[in-house]
Amino acid sequence: MSATDSTFAAKPQKPLVRRHPMLKEWNKHKYYFVLLFPGLLYFLLIHYWPMYGITIAFKDFKLMEGITGSNWVGLKWFKILFAAPDFWTALSNTIIISFYKLVFNFPAPILLALLLNEVYHSGFKRIIQTVVYFPHFLSWVILGGILISLFSTDSGLLKLLGLSISPLMDPGKFRALLVLSELWKEVGWGTIIYLAAIAGINPDLYDAGKIDGASRLQLIRYITLPSIASTIVVLLILRTGHILHVGFDQIFILYNPLVYSVSDVLDTYVYRVGITMGRYSFATAAGLFQSVVGLILLLFTNRVAKRLGEEGLW
Amino acid sequence: MDKSIGSRFFSAANHTFLVLLGVMMMYPLWREISLSFSSKEEALRGGLFLWPKHFTLDAYRSILKSDYIWTAYGNSLFITIVGTVLALFFTSCTAYPLAKRTLPFKKVFVSFVLFTMIFSGGLIPTYLVMKELHLINSLWAVIVLHLVSAFNVIIMMNFIRTLPEELEESAMMDGANPIRIFFVIILPLCKPVLATLALWIAVGLWNNFFHSFIYLNDKSLMTLPVLLRLIIAGQKEADQLGEAIETSSESVIAATIVISLLPILSVYPFLQKYFIKGTLLGSVKA
Repeated sequence: MSATDSTFAAKPQKPLVRRHPMLKEWNKHKYYFVLLFPGLLYFLLIHYWPMYGITIAFKDFKLMEGITGSNWVGLKWFKILFAAPDFWTALSNTIIISFYKLVFNFPAPILLALLLNEVYHSGFKRIIQTVVYFPHFLSWVILGGILISLFSTDSGLLKLLGLSISPLMDPGKFRALLVLSELWKEVGWGTIIYLAAIAGINPDLYDAGKIDGASRLQLIRYITLPSIASTIVVLLILRTGHILHVGFDQIFILYNPLVYSVSDVLDTYVYRVGITMGRYSFATAAGLFQSVVGLILLLFTNRVAKRLGEEGLW
Repeated sequence: MDKSIGSRFFSAANHTFLVLLGVMMMYPLWREISLSFSSKEEALRGGLFLWPKHFTLDAYRSILKSDYIWTAYGNSLFITIVGTVLALFFTSCTAYPLAKRTLPFKKVFVSFVLFTMIFSGGLIPTYLVMKELHLINSLWAVIVLHLVSAFNVIIMMNFIRTLPEELEESAMMDGANPIRIFFVIILPLCKPVLATLALWIAVGLWNNFFHSFIYLNDKSLMTLPVLLRLIIAGQKEADQLGEAIETSSESVIAATIVISLLPILSVYPFLQKYFIKGTLLGSVKA
């Protein structure tokens, strides 16, 4: 207890006594608030101010008039948005690409973690881990540059794969390239959480399984997988909540006019209409649609997880 | 250990698969490195490049002569170093009070921070706010946007909570105020989590393309990823770059890529160790 507190306690004046608990709390914690203040101010400015800025989706935003000064127009921008064919293309591309990524790239790290876990030689395991984690640390600009060079017509790889044109230029193969290149970047890294979950499994379970004559595949199927099920569910929830955020960098670096029709997603769409064309209100409406649907998805999947008896995110 | 035939067969298949996977994942990078050490003509002719052809350092010589590379390298370094130091400072200042169980309205403050993880203003409103703050065309824009993240605050907060409270209590007895305690006692104890966050933030800043691309439109403010994208994006845009373009052949692009992944490569041993720790810390529920 600090000196100030005891001074107040010693003076039993009426008004002071009534404010006393609050003041005491303040005195006790004022330094903490001093430390906390810059952080709170930061979140207010950089996160909550833009949230207020979302109102321009319902306004006719003019740069000169600012966010507050511009006129309300109700749902005008949403009506235009929902009538725009480009928007629907972007939305369906987003969902399709996200869906492919979910189907292929979500289970892949689980599988890889199970396989890595079956490696008994720790040196070999470490080497493989070092290799497969690495692409995670490179930016899409670097990986994109490598892919573009790799799939250029004269790299020799196309012939090896039996392709006549680069998948970067082929609308029929571009999405597969997006899925596979993301797999390349993230599959190794994705194993970490699963490996940690697997490491936490009680070894007695395996011993018991072995005594019962279970094969290695059976041990995986009946002990390892069920033990990491809740981790899988939580990560699946996180992933589903982000289904409309398919990632700007990867697509922006890799795409080109030949494949716009299959790869223009909401992120690139909002960028193009907003930043390039300067249609701020319209782009904000598109962005708001994206984040609200994302939020609803996240809340929904979280509930589903709880229904299923899993822990959920909150 | 199980030594049955089935088990041995499984192990053999598993090892083979993992080796193949590793080779496939490394090959594109290896090819790029080989390409960067090959002569311009050989690089243009193409091929699988399992090894440099006509080993030469010409590609490196020509990009190191370009001013753009140095400017971009400098900008990227500035953003990464200054950004990481400031982010660590503000993240820990925010996390420490929130780790105090007795702090009034603690739940409100934590929710205030956490909410930004599930909802955000989005690209355009953020852009307009940055404009209001006069941060467009300033390297500080990128630093500011990476300054404090809810995620990092939560990780730091969870870590501080695990520290024994007696340490603070005895210092409090000696008359030290919480700010002093924070800097003298708490921060030094946070070294492991600070190291994790530092690498995390630094890699994020070094690799950041989106923010520098959106907020920095001046050539003198280009960061490495933005320059790299410009070079990759091809001749048309690179034309305006003057110097960089004449030489932007396959091998030069490859050399630029190798140069920009050098810093990552050199800290990779630490990255692996601390990133894993951090990812696992982050998976603990807030």
